[in-house]
Amino acid sequence: MADLRTNLAGIKSPNPFWLASAPPTNSGYQIMKAFDAGWGGAVWKTLGVPVVNVSSRYGAVNYRDKRMVGFNNIELITDRPLRDNLREISEVKKRFPDHAVIASLMVETKEEWHQIVRDVENAGADGIELNFGCPHGMCERGMGSAVGQEPKVLQMIVEWVKEVAKVPVITKLTPNISDITRPARAARAGGSDAISLINTIQSIVGVDIDQFVPYPIVDGKSTNGGYCGPAVKPIALNMVKNCAQHPDVNLPISGIGGVENWRDAVEFILLGATTVQVCTAVMHFGFGIIREILPGIERYMDEKGFKTIEDFRGKALPNIKHWEDLNLKYKVTASINESKCIGCQLCYTACEDGAHQAIALSSDPANRIPSIIDENCVGCNLCSLVCPVEDCITMERRDDGKQHLTWGERTAAGNIPKTFDDPLAGGLHHWVPEPAEALVKKKPRHYKG
Amino acid sequence: MAEYKRPTSEQEFAKNFHPKKPLMSDTEAYYESSRCLYCYDAPCITACPTGIDIPTFIRQINNDNKDGAAKTIYDSNWMGHACGNVCPTEELCEGACVYTNSDVKPIEIGRLQAHATDKVIRSKKKLFITGKPTGKKVAVIGAGPAGVSCACELRMLGHAVDIYEAREKPSGLCVYGVAPYKLTNEEAVDEIAYLREQFGFHIHYSKPVTGRADFERLEQDYDAVFIGIGLGATSALGIPGEDKKGVMGALEFVEVLRNKHQATPVGGKVIVLGGGNTAIDAASESCRMGAESVTIAYRRGPEEMGAYSFEFDLAKKSGAKALYNVTPLEVLGNGSVTGVKFIRNKAAYGKIEAIPGSEFVEPCDMVLLGTGQGKQVELLEQISGLALDKKGRILDNRGRIVVNENYQTNNPKYFAAGDAVNGGVEVVNAAAEAKKAAHGMDQYLKK
Repeated sequence: MADLRTNLAGIKSPNPFWLASAPPTNSGYQIMKAFDAGWGGAVWKTLGVPVVNVSSRYGAVNYRDKRMVGFNNIELITDRPLRDNLREISEVKKRFPDHAVIASLMVETKEEWHQIVRDVENAGADGIELNFGCPHGMCERGMGSAVGQEPKVLQMIVEWVKEVAKVPVITKLTPNISDITRPARAARAGGSDAISLINTIQSIVGVDIDQFVPYPIVDGKSTNGGYCGPAVKPIALNMVKNCAQHPDVNLPISGIGGVENWRDAVEFILLGATTVQVCTAVMHFGFGIIREILPGIERYMDEKGFKTIEDFRGKALPNIKHWEDLNLKYKVTASINESKCIGCQLCYTACEDGAHQAIALSSDPANRIPSIIDENCVGCNLCSLVCPVEDCITMERRDDGKQHLTWGERTAAGNIPKTFDDPLAGGLHHWVPEPAEALVKKKPRHYKG
Repeated sequence: MAEYKRPTSEQEFAKNFHPKKPLMSDTEAYYESSRCLYCYDAPCITACPTGIDIPTFIRQINNDNKDGAAKTIYDSNWMGHACGNVCPTEELCEGACVYTNSDVKPIEIGRLQAHATDKVIRSKKKLFITGKPTGKKVAVIGAGPAGVSCACELRMLGHAVDIYEAREKPSGLCVYGVAPYKLTNEEAVDEIAYLREQFGFHIHYSKPVTGRADFERLEQDYDAVFIGIGLGATSALGIPGEDKKGVMGALEFVEVLRNKHQATPVGGKVIVLGGGNTAIDAASESCRMGAESVTIAYRRGPEEMGAYSFEFDLAKKSGAKALYNVTPLEVLGNGSVTGVKFIRNKAAYGKIEAIPGSEFVEPCDMVLLGTGQGKQVELLEQISGLALDKKGRILDNRGRIVVNENYQTNNPKYFAAGDAVNGGVEVVNAAAEAKKAAHGMDQYLKK
């Protein structure tokens, strides 16, 4: 039976699922409710000098009928007095001693940092998360992502905190930077015990095309927000991987960004995260999603024979290489399972207009099942991605598996294209229709070179 | 049986005749349109007799461009709203939806179409600009789907159009012959009013064209004439007793029903003779009117019924029973009908043969004849040059007009489309043919 208990730099929790510092952790009420539902930890909505917020605060990206695939906010840190939050932290810890309560903090001066670190420790917080990520509102005041984008400042503040902190310190990183490992390395240099990432990405989620104002609209005006939700997961995964792979970072990671189900969590863990933090999915569906997450990851671990999170943490990292180290001899082409094909021909039009003209239609209009032109197929996957039927188009291996040659090796051997019309050009073998064929009104049903 | 209580009020009638495909809310249309895969060379387009670019209009609905969706629909089919409601979509676009190949519910194309067109009809938004005036005038006989479609297309091409309609309302069988749970009179009439507003053709109501003199006057006053007269009354069966009280044509029954609603007299025991769509509709409707028993009597087996299987299923679900392989011999009764005498049949080499001595009487107090509509031969014979075909026949032996690919008759001034030509199919066929006929007329008028 899977053991989900985790230990992130000394912060222990019954499972790796934490609530991220955000509106769902605004109060002790919400956090108790979440722990009662099964969440393992919570990072308190960022504490500091309380703010005043605007209305409205959120905007979303919908994809067709799917709501909130992307989400942004212009809300700031807590607007509640510190003493209320401290009292509630104590209350939560008293009721849930084994759950992780982490205080997210954001203040300005060294004295304030020292003071608030002591306050939250006295209240019973198991750890501290430094909010160096908020990309709106606070950064203009020299806090949040303004710190996260300046590794030297970041390191200095981590050092201030570490001067007094007795509990583990997590530095939360902003993705609004070109190389995420720079602030990560600065956090390590400052003595941070762990990092968490990513915070939200600066964004405009859309524009009201009648009022000519981006969302969310505040009295006819708007401002950039911080983007999160399922849409940012790929960016978060990549940044987690970058930090996990970098030898000079070498810190435990709490992964954040678009996690909403067990599978997302497994992916973050496979890339090196010890815990994951969730916000948007809870804001969308409530704390109840933990009912799907916990049995989901347990089933996965049992099936794979993983006893603990550590058993598979970072397991995908060795398989992430630089492009130049990928095998150029590996060859897959698409294969259409005719018994599953429903005849939508999305693969045909995608390949025809968006890829390599490697799918043909039957000359019999009654037969809507397309066929792969094997010699034109470059194995790009596009058809299998657009196909609406599960496992209808699969990518089949065509090479014998015995050869291995990378770009790096070819470069070393001097065997790469060097001139504009080099005969080593990779696309030379690939048939491309004559341009004017595109204008033939009655399209040949069967494209074949 | 009596699945339905006999309606005594407009509310009860509306309940029994609840729309089979009710209008979609914005939310429902949004969710449903989200499911469309946007197939390449989409089979739904091929399956539509008018070739509506269905994936595009669905995408327009999904992207909050309902006006654009309606325009896409009307570009191909001037009866867009009527067709969205009355088309046998199960047999056409929705039957062709690729989702059906994986046992997923097909996109509800008909309802999405009705949703988009309903929006523009109600907003009265102008979507079309009529063509530059050509100075040519066309008379259209009949304001049904064929006539109105032809008129719209002719106006797009710049020709002036007058429609002569024998009745006091437009839209032909949409008002007088379609089951009330498919399309209401208001919806049918509103669409015509919307189109008339867009295109500025004139409809002269209660102006039947009846004889040679009328045709000659049209020929004199107009550059071309379009015949969109549809078919005539229900044909007689030719058996004794069919003049008894309580016997009526199925189509005529639908007409009364559509206009009198719950006040329509319906018997307690109804026998419907025939296996076509009109017969089956009449059976479904009789059930909804609270008849105690409704029996469909058909000369052959169920597999040979002309009606769509989904219509027959609906009738059965509504409570109708069926008698197969029976031929009516006589309508019995003393003044009013009391029953029908049948004889049983067997199939023999594709033909049916009566089984001697198998006569039986099925009691009833109402008989609806679903025996098909007659052709308006006598009227068409009044058109000079039309009755005679120098190459063969103008009217074939079923009274149908034979036309060339431009829907031009052998009297070059006359064009025809719709039920009068195709013998009675769907609204969508009339819309498709009439559009082509308008282009045929355009070519003729430009000469």
